[in-house]
Amino acid sequence: MVAETAKAFAALERQAHVIMSAFIAAGHEAVSPAVIQPAHYFLDVIGESLRARTYVFTDPDGDELCLRPDLTVPACRLHLERDAEAKLPAKYCYNGAAFRFQPQGSDSTHPREFRQAGIENFGDTAREAAEAETVALILSALKAAGLAGEQLRIGDLGLFRALLKSVAMPERWRQLLMHRFWRPDAFRAELKRLVSGTGQALDPKRRAFIATLDAGDKEAAQADVAAYLDANQIELTGTRSLAEITESLTWIAADAKAPPLSRDVAAFIESYVAVRAPARDAVALLRDIAGRAGPEMAQAVAAYEDRLTLLEAAGVDIKSAEFSAEFGRNLEYYTGFVFEIVLPQLGRASPVAGGGRYDRLLRQVGAPRDIPAVGAAIHTERLLAAINGDAA
Amino acid sequence: MSKLVLAVPSKGRLMEQCSDMLARAGLSLRKTGHVRGYRGEIAELPEVEVAFISASEIATYLKNGRVHLGITGEDLVREQMSDAETRVALERKLGFGQADVVVAVPACWIDVSTMAELDEVSAVFRREHGRPLRVATKYLNLTRRYFTSKGLSNYRIVESLGATEGTPAAGTAELIVDITSTGETLRANGLRILDDGVILRSQANLVASNVAPWTPALQAIRNGILARLDA
Repeated sequence: MVAETAKAFAALERQAHVIMSAFIAAGHEAVSPAVIQPAHYFLDVIGESLRARTYVFTDPDGDELCLRPDLTVPACRLHLERDAEAKLPAKYCYNGAAFRFQPQGSDSTHPREFRQAGIENFGDTAREAAEAETVALILSALKAAGLAGEQLRIGDLGLFRALLKSVAMPERWRQLLMHRFWRPDAFRAELKRLVSGTGQALDPKRRAFIATLDAGDKEAAQADVAAYLDANQIELTGTRSLAEITESLTWIAADAKAPPLSRDVAAFIESYVAVRAPARDAVALLRDIAGRAGPEMAQAVAAYEDRLTLLEAAGVDIKSAEFSAEFGRNLEYYTGFVFEIVLPQLGRASPVAGGGRYDRLLRQVGAPRDIPAVGAAIHTERLLAAINGDAA
Repeated sequence: MSKLVLAVPSKGRLMEQCSDMLARAGLSLRKTGHVRGYRGEIAELPEVEVAFISASEIATYLKNGRVHLGITGEDLVREQMSDAETRVALERKLGFGQADVVVAVPACWIDVSTMAELDEVSAVFRREHGRPLRVATKYLNLTRRYFTSKGLSNYRIVESLGATEGTPAAGTAELIVDITSTGETLRANGLRILDDGVILRSQANLVASNVAPWTPALQAIRNGILARLDA
C-alpha cells in the first residue's frame, strides 16, 4: 500500500509521527540519510544477490548508484561521515522510503516502495542491555501506534558460534559451517561431507597430488604446485597468486588427512539447530546442550538468559515469545541476537518489524574496526494495514 | 483478420539455420520489400507475418507480447525473463544454436573444481583482497540465480558485453559465466569449466508468447506450424 492518496499519506504521516516521537523520547537522534546511495556499499556488504532486489542505475558520470533498499547501511554511512573512526557511541532513528524490486509483483504487504521507521544503536558495549532496549522500544512504538496481538520471535547466532567453538574440530571447519549456516541445505550437505571424510569427492589425480603437499614448508609447497602446473601445461593467470592457490590446496590436504567429524558431534550440532521452543522453556534445552559442550556455550547461554531477564525488566511480555535456533538464517549481515515481530493476520513471511545485532557492518562500510551495533525497523505500511484491519 | 507475427533472427548464421529448418518443414521463408528490410513472409502461410529482429531482442518481443512466436535461444529467454514459465512457452527445440552457459575459472585454480569449492575460495579471497570475487558475464540474471541456488553470495558481477573470456587474464575479473559450444575458446584463454558449472544447455527454440493477443484463429495457425515441424 504505497500512500498514493492524500488521505493514505496523511494516515502514514500521523503514524510515523507517533513512532518517531517514541524513538526520540528514548534518546535517539532523528536523521534523514540520502535516498540515493552508492550501489557498491550494498552490493559489497550484502552481496550480489541483493542487486536482483535493488533498483541500481548508472548516473550521467557513469557511477553506479541505487535507491536505498534499507536504511541501516545509509545510517551506518551517515554515522561514519560524522565520526570516521566511530569512536563515540550514537543512537539514531529515522523514517523514510526504501525500495525493493518484488520479482513476483508488488502487493500491499510486499510493496516496491515502502517506508521504514527504525532505530540504530552504535558503540554500546552493554550488549544484552542494548538488545533488550531495542526490542522494548520497537514494541512500545508499535503499541503507541495502536498495535496489539503481536508475537515476538527471537534467535541468537552467538549461540551457534559458541556451540561450534566448544566442540572439537579444525578451525576451518567451523568457518565453513558458520558460512553455510544461512542455507539449510548447504549446511546439512557440509556436515555430511565432514562426517564422511572430505577427501572422497576429489578426483584421484588431484587427490594424489594434494596428498604430496607439505603444509609445513610453504616455499616447497609452492614450488610443487608450480611444477604441477608446468607438467600439465597450465599457465598461471588471473589475480590469485601461486601462494594463495597453494595455501588453499594445503587446507584441502589438511582436511583430507584430518579424521572425519564424529557422527556424535554432527548429531549434537543438528540437535542444537532443531531447538525451537517458547523463549523461557528454551533455557532448559540450551543449558542441557551447554552441559555437553565447552565453556563458550555456557557463556552464550548465560547471555541468552541475561537478555531474557532484561527484556522482562523492560516490560516485554516474553511468555508468548518464541526462540528458534534456525531463526536468523536468511539474514546474512546479522552477527548475534535477531528478532522479528509477526502478526497472525500477516503471517511469518511478512513481519511487521525486525532487527538484531550486526557488529561487522560498520567496519564493512569503512570503520577501522568492528563496532557493536544493534538496530531494528518497522515496516510502516504493513503496520498501518494491520491496525486498520485491511491486511488480507 | 490480424496476422500471426513470427520473429526470426535478422541476419547471419542463425537466420540461415532458421530458414533451412523451416524449409525442411516445407515452409519457404522470404523477405518482402527491400532486401535490407525487416519484413518477410512464409509463402505457404499467408496468415503469417515474419518480423526479422536482432537475435538478442527476440526474447524481449516475446516477453512483451509484441510477437506471437519467435525463434531464439533458451539462454536469452531465461536471462531476460525471471518469470519465463508464465510469460512464454518453449514449444519446440530446433536442434541448432547449441551452446552451454557455463561457469569457468582460470585453469590454474587447481584448488577449485566445484561450486562448493568456489564458495570456500570466495570467502578467503574476500578476506585477503578486501573485495569480493568478480564474475564477468552478460548473463546477469542467470548467474545470480545459479549462484544463489548454489549458496554463493561473496561475489560481484562485472557486466561484460564482449571478449568475456579474456577478462580473467586481463585482471578485470576473477572468473566468468559465458556461452560456449565446443569449449575451445575457453581452453585457449586458460579457463576451465567447473564440474557442476553448466548453468544451462541451450539451443534455439520455437517460443510462443503467452501474453501476445491470441485469437482462436491464430492458435490454429500456431498448431499448424507445430504440426509441420513435428512431421
